[in-house]
Amino acid sequence: MATHTLSVLVENSPGVLARIASLFSRRGYNIDSLAVGPTENSEISRMTIVLNLDGHALDQVIAQLFKLINVIGISEMTDTGSIKREALLVKVNAQKSDREKVAAVAQKYNGVIVDESDVSLTIEATGPSIDIEALLKSLEQFGIKELVQSGLIALERGSITLADRTLSTSRVAISDSHSATADYQN
Amino acid sequence: MSNQVTGAQSLVKSLEHAGVEVMFGIPGGAILPAYDPIYDSKIRHILVRHEQGAGHAATGYAQVTGRVGVCIATSGPGATNLVTPIGDAAMDSVPMVAITGQVPSAAIGTDAFQEADIRGITMPITKHNYLITNPDDIARAIAEAFHIAGTGRPGPVLVDIAKDALQKMTEFKWPTNINLAGYNPKTKPDSQAIRDAAALIAKSKRPVLYVGGGVIKANASKQLLRLAELTGAPVVTTLMARGAFPDSHPLHLGMPGMHGTVAAVTALQKSDLLITLGARFDDRVTGKLSTFAVNAKIIHADIDPAEIGKNRFADVAIVGDVGEAITALIPALETEFKKSEPDLTQWWSQMGALRSKYPVGYDHPEDGSVSPQYVIERIGAIAGPDSIYVAGVGQHQMWASQFVKYEKPRTWLNSGGAGTMGYAVPAAMGAKVGAPDTTVWAIDGDGCFQMTNQELVTCAINNIPIKVAIINNESLGMVRQWQTLFYNSRYSNTSLDSKRIPDFVKLADAMGCVGLRCDTTGDVDKVIKEAMAINDQPVVVDFSVFRDAMVWPMVAAGTSNDDILVARETAPDWDSQEL
Repeated sequence: MATHTLSVLVENSPGVLARIASLFSRRGYNIDSLAVGPTENSEISRMTIVLNLDGHALDQVIAQLFKLINVIGISEMTDTGSIKREALLVKVNAQKSDREKVAAVAQKYNGVIVDESDVSLTIEATGPSIDIEALLKSLEQFGIKELVQSGLIALERGSITLADRTLSTSRVAISDSHSATADYQN
Repeated sequence: MSNQVTGAQSLVKSLEHAGVEVMFGIPGGAILPAYDPIYDSKIRHILVRHEQGAGHAATGYAQVTGRVGVCIATSGPGATNLVTPIGDAAMDSVPMVAITGQVPSAAIGTDAFQEADIRGITMPITKHNYLITNPDDIARAIAEAFHIAGTGRPGPVLVDIAKDALQKMTEFKWPTNINLAGYNPKTKPDSQAIRDAAALIAKSKRPVLYVGGGVIKANASKQLLRLAELTGAPVVTTLMARGAFPDSHPLHLGMPGMHGTVAAVTALQKSDLLITLGARFDDRVTGKLSTFAVNAKIIHADIDPAEIGKNRFADVAIVGDVGEAITALIPALETEFKKSEPDLTQWWSQMGALRSKYPVGYDHPEDGSVSPQYVIERIGAIAGPDSIYVAGVGQHQMWASQFVKYEKPRTWLNSGGAGTMGYAVPAAMGAKVGAPDTTVWAIDGDGCFQMTNQELVTCAINNIPIKVAIINNESLGMVRQWQTLFYNSRYSNTSLDSKRIPDFVKLADAMGCVGLRCDTTGDVDKVIKEAMAINDQPVVVDFSVFRDAMVWPMVAAGTSNDDILVARETAPDWDSQEL
């Protein structure tokens, strides 16, 4: 199993999320996270999909996605070629005696305290997945009451945009990374 | 405002602009506004007896003519009855536009009377689909639907239109250009891939042209013939490609796959190069995938990039129209062959020997009953290669593929991918509408026939004189065959008693058709000729045949093509073959 991040430009039309979800479901691809939102162009939405691939090559997923009429462009976001961020809101137990320690941990990971009560603090943080994980691990000692995380979002480094590249490159993705699918009987 | 029309009028004008000459459908509440302008339209509307019949008729029409077939139904159950033919069209890449009425937009999502989310339901089985709630969007959606259905890899497109969108006023404006950012199928193959393919072919000692239904979709039979004769390689035609290459041609080894010929199956298995043209490495062709053609390199030409590498890695991928690919390949090969012409003598001596030793065949039953294979073979011989043959699904389908000799594309229709029982009668109806001057034989089973035969009423009333051969073995024959082979002859729920009930001759008569019966081998030719002579009415022939005839050869599901059996517990005599 290997993790891949795909940025997918789709037409901002009704049902497009269902089409993507339906495709992943019926072809048996596992989604780790999915983030959808508007883009600089009001007619286009951008999905960031984190996938764990097993048995199916990334190329096959991309080719199947491209068959959806509403899909305009796809690019793999590599670790070195892109900025990847997650957002986190976490509510941590924080009695008076712990408050300073919790605040120090949050600060270490560029977290911001956005809400507080007598017994808890709520921290907001954004960062690479690895930092978010580390922050959560450090907060465990105080007791995490509740948390919510966004899906990963990603943007390529440099001045080039996915929209630019989409209109100029071939939509055909073929490589030698294919692994045979399992035999089955019916 | 001369262009002010209702949404319904806009829909019908759009269909006229799209060049529709016929559509198959049934009205109902939500689609009713559309049926008013249909009443005045020059488009022929054929009122079917079940929406499934409308869908299969549209696909039958599309497969014979190469045009986009059209079916129309109301919301809810009308729309869900189209689900099977839509799925069928998706599996076999048949261009079809399905139009459905939807409850008024204000009622959508309220579980209104006859409401079904048909867009959601058909999302996985359409190439694309639409839900239209604004009458201004109707013309563009119809134009796009026809464009998407008929170009690239063909497929079904559904347009669901809310009732109020059909009733409201709009301005009719037929779009002059269609520009879909996310849809631009690549038809022109990459020239480097063509050169790579030519180089592989020139080096190959055991090449096979593995021909799929895409060759028929691309109208590329003529190009295929030139390529085959240039390479001299053996040709196999899949179930969806029967007729793409003449059965009488000396390079043809027949159909590969689960019930393919020994020569075709073995050629794929022993090949060093599969020249794959518009085929998709379906499990019914490959058998156990990990043992399929293990020593072969793969050239894969297909218009759908997602097919390449889906089941089998392609050494050379040619994405594009298969006709253009073949056309480009021919001069590239001629250049290669100037350097060195491959010698296929050894390969042909092996494959030729297999072909002559293991032709598809059958025995006449010892009990004197009629052989189903004989009936089908005689229909093919008497009706000839200019007729169109439409099969249901099961044993009769395999025999119709094996024992009718196909010489021309678009003369063999069947439900290959989905395996839809009940396909034959309505698809034959659509085929006959598309080719009214051609003899159309539905070769059907007694099980299949009882799923959709009511469309014979439609045929009788609308002067669509198809011919139906019921290969009546009073069983769900293919299932029974599997029960014989794999379930210890325990025939759980496969006996239909259809030599007793219904009386197919009376049923045919009641539906306005001529009903004929044939119980003896000696009468087979006479009855077929009798049916051939009737051209002003649909004809149904009840051929009472041997119950336990089996389809051979067979590669059991999930096993290797190497384990092909020519008869029960009988493998080919490999020892006498030098392979």
